[in-house]
Amino acid sequence: MSVAVKSRISFRLLGRSYLAFALSPERPLDEWLAELDRWETKSPSFFSNRPIVLDLHNIAVTREEAFEIVAHIESRDLRLIAVEGVNPQWLPARLAPLPGAAQPGGIFQPPEERKPVRPEPLKIVDNEPLEPAVPDCSALLIDYPVRSGQSIIFPHGDVTVVGSVASGAEIIAGGSIHVYGSLRGRAFAGTNGNASARIFCNKFDAEILVIDGLYKTADDFDPKLRGTSVQARLNQDIMNIETMN
Amino acid sequence: MSKVVVVTSGKGGVGKTTSTAALGAALALSGKNVVVVDFDVGLRNLDLVMGAERRVVYDLINVAQGNAKLHQALIKDKRIETLSLLAASQTRDKDALSEKGLARVIKELRGQFDWIICDSPAGIERGAVMAMRHADAAVIVTNPEVSSVRDSDRIIGLLDAKTERAAKGELVEKHLLITRFDPARAGRGDMLRVEDVMDILSVPLLGIIPESDQVLRASNLGQPVTLANPLSAPARAYADAARRLIGESVAMNVPHDRFNLINKIFGGRAA
Repeated sequence: MSVAVKSRISFRLLGRSYLAFALSPERPLDEWLAELDRWETKSPSFFSNRPIVLDLHNIAVTREEAFEIVAHIESRDLRLIAVEGVNPQWLPARLAPLPGAAQPGGIFQPPEERKPVRPEPLKIVDNEPLEPAVPDCSALLIDYPVRSGQSIIFPHGDVTVVGSVASGAEIIAGGSIHVYGSLRGRAFAGTNGNASARIFCNKFDAEILVIDGLYKTADDFDPKLRGTSVQARLNQDIMNIETMN
Repeated sequence: MSKVVVVTSGKGGVGKTTSTAALGAALALSGKNVVVVDFDVGLRNLDLVMGAERRVVYDLINVAQGNAKLHQALIKDKRIETLSLLAASQTRDKDALSEKGLARVIKELRGQFDWIICDSPAGIERGAVMAMRHADAAVIVTNPEVSSVRDSDRIIGLLDAKTERAAKGELVEKHLLITRFDPARAGRGDMLRVEDVMDILSVPLLGIIPESDQVLRASNLGQPVTLANPLSAPARAYADAARRLIGESVAMNVPHDRFNLINKIFGGRAA
């Protein structure tokens, strides 16, 4: 008896993480809508290309009011992707509530008040609430060691760690990862589908390296690389790890 | 100015309780008012190591729940006048300790003592978090082996996330205490070297306690090792660590193999 073995094409599953603004209207509604307009005229690019979630948990709205707010926001050319806190049956299918409980992010400072950029990490430390993030920064600098059990998640760009990344810690970056110290934990670069992202470290002893969903575990690493400065990059879906000395 | 110090490690069996008792006794010997507090509710041991197990009437939980006054629960050490013990409850579980009750007890202790040394339970769950909650400083007890070092690293992360100080945006002062250090094994490469541990944890070193029979012997006698045999190598290492904790600068001695050899030649136990 023979069995035909069919070779399967590779099927890649990638995580995506986006940052959406959550708008929480307050009463009186017409004043709130006017304030939104004022913001939009003052800084037209602020909302551009940013997905928006409308959070109506805080105010009890009628069906008509919900429609009014949605219509108003959509007429402003804002990219509304979901509405939370209302009866889902009121809404068109494309604005269904998001699956699962969305985690609240921080409060964004209006652009004119924003201080000279000190990027705050979008990080999760032992299930603490998310810290405020400054989405416009394309890099995040961490100048302390990342401890076992901590995750630094920064989907917007590069992460630089001045210090070590411990075994059991992880760095997840939309862009490249730079570690000025030992990388003993896990590094996920290019998580937003960026195949040109790279991982650099001073002293290489990682548990797993991932670039754009392609991974290599410690078992696959050349033992000679351990303890050296390396960079990892993708070359046509193959991860190359090389010394940098 | 009182100072709350948590002695913590993540991993069990590395020497938290021994270190709490030894450091507490050493600090008390220098004339400070010291209380050692056992947070290991349900698995208490500090009373045994302190030799006070027959005198425990009320415990931390009783005081935190308001069923006993603090002075009723404090057990004065018979050897050193300035040393007291607040035992943990053996019959309750860790959830019996309420956040509010604990805050009140710590506040009261701060009013009476210079040093409040909290012996944390192992693990990273509620018990360990409660022990570190009010800490101004932490002594991270680590054995020179990978699993202990990784667990310590995890605990250091928690110190920066779950303490009162962290909530206020301040840092908890951290000290690394390497215990059960065996110079012979380290020399052979069977054990992580001190430099490796420090490189991984990047926390300043408080002391290196050599592996020794003296520690076990003292525990069995119900005496902190710094009192049982003050001239033994571990006792001196703990005494030095206590002085560094106060802020004195004391030269660090890395125990090495030659010391062992001399001891063996003269017939002494390897310390």
